[in-house]
Amino acid sequence: MSNGAVRDDAPPSTATEGPAMYDLSCSRVTKKFGAFTAVSDVSLDIPSGSFFSILGPSGCGKTTLMRMIAGFETPSEGDIKIKGESVVAVPPNRRNVKMVFQHLALFPMMSVGENIAYGLRCRGESRAEIGKKVAGILDRVGLPGTTDKRIEQLSGGQKQRIAIARCMVLEPDVLLLDEPLGALDLKLREHMKIELKLLQHQFETTFLYITHDQSEALVMSDQVAVMNAGRFEQIGSPKALYDAPVSGFVAGFVGDANCLPGTIADMSGTEARVMLDDGGAVVGTVSDGSTVGDAVELFLRPEALSLRDGEDGMRVAGTVDSLLFNGANSRILVKIDTGQMIEVADPSHTAAMAEGDPVSVSWRPERARVFARRTR
Amino acid sequence: MGRDAGRLSLFLLFTPFVLWIGLLIVLPQIGIGYVSLREKIGINEFSFGLKNYADFFNEPIYRNTLLRTAWISILVTALALVIGFPVAYYIAKIAKERSRAALFLMCLIPLWVSDLVRAYGWIVLLRETGVISTVLLRLGIISTPIEMLYNDVTVIIGLVYTVILFMIVPLVSTLQGMDDALLEAGYNLGGSRFTVFRRIIVPYAMPGIVAGCIITFMLTAGSYLTPVLLGGKNSSWFTEQIYNQFITRYNWEAGATFGVLLLLFTSLVVWAGLMLTGQSLATTVAKD
Repeated sequence: MSNGAVRDDAPPSTATEGPAMYDLSCSRVTKKFGAFTAVSDVSLDIPSGSFFSILGPSGCGKTTLMRMIAGFETPSEGDIKIKGESVVAVPPNRRNVKMVFQHLALFPMMSVGENIAYGLRCRGESRAEIGKKVAGILDRVGLPGTTDKRIEQLSGGQKQRIAIARCMVLEPDVLLLDEPLGALDLKLREHMKIELKLLQHQFETTFLYITHDQSEALVMSDQVAVMNAGRFEQIGSPKALYDAPVSGFVAGFVGDANCLPGTIADMSGTEARVMLDDGGAVVGTVSDGSTVGDAVELFLRPEALSLRDGEDGMRVAGTVDSLLFNGANSRILVKIDTGQMIEVADPSHTAAMAEGDPVSVSWRPERARVFARRTR
Repeated sequence: MGRDAGRLSLFLLFTPFVLWIGLLIVLPQIGIGYVSLREKIGINEFSFGLKNYADFFNEPIYRNTLLRTAWISILVTALALVIGFPVAYYIAKIAKERSRAALFLMCLIPLWVSDLVRAYGWIVLLRETGVISTVLLRLGIISTPIEMLYNDVTVIIGLVYTVILFMIVPLVSTLQGMDDALLEAGYNLGGSRFTVFRRIIVPYAMPGIVAGCIITFMLTAGSYLTPVLLGGKNSSWFTEQIYNQFITRYNWEAGATFGVLLLLFTSLVVWAGLMLTGQSLATTVAKD
C-alpha cells in the first residue's frame, strides 16, 4: 500500500533505475508471536542517503520491525532486502546494517577506542589500519583524543556520539537507531536532534530512525512512516504528514491538534457539517471515506485557528479560559460556547488577551479535517 | 546529643563484629602463629625459633602434600568454573523469569544436608558394593566388582560437587546484571559467537569469575571431610596433615606451623590469581 507513496516522494538526486536504488526495502513483512501479530504486512523502500523515521506509539511494532532488519528476529512472512539483496537468511553478524541501541549498549569493560575498534577487529583488519580509522572517526564525531577514556567518563551526548561512531566506522549500508535520544534530558535531546541530522548529512549514510516522539521524527527526517498496531498508516515527508494526514490516527499523532468528536449531519462535496457530541455544529473537510451518519472526529491544528474578527469561514464563539505561556509556542485555551476546550495558537493575539474575554474562533473549512473516529 | 547517640549505635553495631573477628579469627591466628614459633626442647621447656618451618621444608612428604593440595584445589576450581559457567549462564540469561528462581533453588538444595551426608552419598554410589558397581555387575558389563573410591578422581568429583554452588552464585549475579543489548551489539558489529563470548561475556563476567574462583579455591584447599572420606589413605590432603599433627601425634607446634603455611600459601595463590587477571578484591569478592 505504501510503496507508491515512497517512490513518488523519493528525492530525485538518488534515483537510479532498478530495485538496487534502495539501500533498504521491506516487502510485505509480517511478524507473529504466537497468536499476536506484532508487525503486519509492512512494506517500505528507503532511498540511498536519506533519513527515514518510523514513528509510532510504544507497542506499535516498530522495534520488532527494526530487530528483523538487524536480524535478531526472523520475519514470519515477507522479504527484507539490503542494497537489493535478500538478507532474511543472513545471520545478524553478517548483515551490513549497524544499530545504535536504545541504551546505546557501549561495552563498559572497554575504552572508547576499544569500543570503536571492536567491529574492525571482528573483521580482522590490521592494527595500524584500525588505529587510523578509530582516530579518524573520533575526529568526525567531534571527540578527538578520547581513545583511552573509559565509557563512564563520558557525558550522555558524548556516549551517543561514540555509539554512532562505533557503527559508522564500519561503513554500514544502513544505520538503525532505536530511540537513542530517549534517555537524554530535554535540552540535550533538542541539541542531539540537530547533531544527528548533521552527522547524517556528513556521513551520507541511510539512517533508519525509530521513535515515538513526533517532534524528533518531523525535525530530522526526509521521510516518515507512521506506524500503528503493526501497520503503516502513512508514509510521506514530514510536511505531507502534517498538512495532509490520511487518517485520524496520523492527524492526532503527528503534531498537536484539537480533536472534536461528532457525527456527520450533511455533506456537500467533501465539506461536511459535523454535529458535535457535546452539542453544536461545525464545518470541516472530509479527508477519508466517511459519509453522512458516520461517527467522526474533527481535527483542528492550533495554528489553523484565528481569533481575528472578519475572517471568513467557520466561526464559533467562546471565552478565553486561560493563557498558556510558552514563549513562541504560547497558546490560548478557549472554551467555546458549546462547552469544549480548544487550544489556539494565534501569536498576534496572545499578548492582548485576558482570561474571561469573549472571543470568536474562526477557521477555513479546508483546514479542519474530518476522519472516521479512531477505535480505542 | 545526636552525635552521642550515633556513636553509641555505631559502638553497639560494631561490638559483635569486633568480638567475632577478634576472638574467633585474630586471636586464634596469633595463638597459632605463636605456637608455630615455639621449639620443644624438653618437657614444658620451649625456646623460640624457626625450627618447625625448617622441619617442614626438609620433609618432602609435607611439602608435596601442600603442593598436591594446591594443585588439586586449582584443578577443582577450574573444573567448577568450566561446569558452573554454562549453568550460571543458563540461569541468568536463557531461563525464563519464572523458572529462574526454581533453578537457583535446585542449586541450593545440596546445601541443606551436611558435608558428611553428601560425601556419604558418593560412598554409597561408588564403593565396591555400591550402586554403580552392582548395576554394572548385574548388567554383565563388568565381571568383578570395582572399587571406585579412594582415588584422586573421586576426590576431585566430590570436591567439585561440594563447591560448585559457590562458583555459580557469584556468576549468576554478575551475568544477571549484563544487558542483553550488549550481546546483540556484539553480534550486530560483526562478532561471531566465539568473539562475543571471549570479548564481551567473559570480560563482563570477570569480577564474578574471580570471586567464584577465590571462594571455591579457599573452600577446597581448606576442606577436610570430603578428601578424607572419598580419598581415604591414598589421598593425603594438607588439612589431614594438620589434623594428624594436632590430634594423632599431639605435636601442636608442627600442626600450628602447617596451619600458618596453609594460610600463607593459599593467600599467595589467590594474590597471584588476582594479579594474573588484573582484578582486585574490591572489584570481585567485595563487589556489591
